[in-house]
Amino acid sequence: MELTRQQVLHVARLANLSLTEEEVEHFAGELSRILDYVETLNRLPLPPPGLHVSEAAKPPTPLREDVSRHSLPVESALSNAPDRSGGFFRVPRILEEGR
Amino acid sequence: MSPSFEMVVGLEVHSQLLTHAKLFCGCENRFGAPPNTLTCPVCLGHPGVLPVLNEAAVRLGIRLGLSLGCTIHHRSVFDRKHYFYPDLPKGYQISQFTYPLLTGGAIPVRSGPEVRDIRLHRIHMEEDAGKNLHAGIRDASHVDLNRAGVPLLEIVSEPDIRTPEEAVDYLKKLRQILRSTGVSDGNMEEGSFRCDANVSLRPIGSSTFGTKVEIKNMNSFRFVHKALVFEVERQSELLERGERVVSETRLFDSHTGRTLPMRSKEEALDYRYFPEPDIPPLVLDPEWIEKEKASLPELPQERILRISREFGIGEAEAEILVVEEELARYLDEAREALRGHSEKGGWPLEKGVARLVNFLLTEVLREWNRKGVQVLGDSLSSAEIAHLLALVTEERLSLSQAKDVYAIAVESGKSPRKVIEERNLSQESGEETIGRWIVEVLAENPSEVQSYRDGKDRLFGFLVGQVMKKSGGKANPQKLNHLLKEALGR
Repeated sequence: MELTRQQVLHVARLANLSLTEEEVEHFAGELSRILDYVETLNRLPLPPPGLHVSEAAKPPTPLREDVSRHSLPVESALSNAPDRSGGFFRVPRILEEGR
Repeated sequence: MSPSFEMVVGLEVHSQLLTHAKLFCGCENRFGAPPNTLTCPVCLGHPGVLPVLNEAAVRLGIRLGLSLGCTIHHRSVFDRKHYFYPDLPKGYQISQFTYPLLTGGAIPVRSGPEVRDIRLHRIHMEEDAGKNLHAGIRDASHVDLNRAGVPLLEIVSEPDIRTPEEAVDYLKKLRQILRSTGVSDGNMEEGSFRCDANVSLRPIGSSTFGTKVEIKNMNSFRFVHKALVFEVERQSELLERGERVVSETRLFDSHTGRTLPMRSKEEALDYRYFPEPDIPPLVLDPEWIEKEKASLPELPQERILRISREFGIGEAEAEILVVEEELARYLDEAREALRGHSEKGGWPLEKGVARLVNFLLTEVLREWNRKGVQVLGDSLSSAEIAHLLALVTEERLSLSQAKDVYAIAVESGKSPRKVIEERNLSQESGEETIGRWIVEVLAENPSEVQSYRDGKDRLFGFLVGQVMKKSGGKANPQKLNHLLKEALGR
């Protein structure tokens, strides 16, 4: 199945990516090959995705006990941020919704 | 709204859960901490981390499902919902899409004089996003991720709601259930109970739906009511002019009482849901559900019936006390305060409680509807109300005087005790004092007394008036009548 240029651009927009003309062409081919591979998997007689639990994971599902523990110091939490302001992450202004 | 249209509303409520930790990590689930002090690699969306589901969040979901009569699915699945926003560090929200934890169920809602079931469509678990702040910041926004990963239940109703009043009652009932089952604190100011509405109109008798508009940003019951009233008028006017309603998201502006269109998105949202590969399907042990069922507290509907029996009041009145928790707490406290008065005065507590409940459901409720929670505190505290009703029970104040005192107290901000003192209002029920006034009045009006004894019955009223005047209006009318008859009969 060959992806159209339109489909590639749509996926790029959803992923917040801007592609050059060459990239569009490149990904049309590359993504198509991935989809073809998944299509092969689809032909296998597998249970519908979602509800199936693998043989390895025995129900009931393991859960985390509701106990809180110390979080990261705020300095560490912000250490990878491109920009910060006091204890906040600083990001380009989000358009005020509404008016 | 034109009478030819019918309003169709479905509500979506996001409720934060009362867990200690977040949904998929061990960070504390707490409101009001300094920004970004409750985060870790999991809720910050760092690469390579793995979410593990919080047991308590699942338990609270089960409990809510049991309380609302939902089907609790022994298998449910978490999905990734993708979108880009600065408050969503992973670039996707872990939610439930195709297989939610709960489906079905209903909430009985007051609709005029009747009660209608509003059916529930589904309830699913998901994580909250962080918080964006814009106010007072130039050319940037600030992000606080303390809220990112806090557990939520999203409760989606069927489009069964037909009036703004039903919508508000639905929300009050739901909030009450969330609180009484310990699932959520339901705090609207802190955002633990957030509501969106889908609103459309259709010609009466039609079974298809009109174009719906989603309304956001209604953070109080009053605003929900206002927003729905406004939106129905707006859509009604459009349709009557032959125009069409645009499917869009609108925000309620509490300053103007209007809804305004949000910046419209150029294309339909595509969330690209798929099963969350890091969390296996949630498989529940049926025994767990049974255990939760056994430990559920009294549900609001049961409580209504019990209170109705206990206080000898109607179910509608009992419901007010159940839904409006502040009033219920006020009643409880006032009842305790009344106990002291009853012990001191040597009268049965029930006698005072009956008066208290009636006073609360009429006088206090009216002022509470008008002025809100301020009429339950300070100079009008439960102790003050108990004192006022103790005076009525001991017949030192008539009921109508008590109502006047209360009204004056509400308006002036003074305590009832102070009002009574200032206006010298307390009622005199002492037989000795009233008897003395009677003797004086009879002595001052010998000819009227004679005429009455000769058969002029209507002079009785005149004599009552004279005694009342002498008492400065403070004589207990029943006592006065009784004693005067006795005196004249002699």
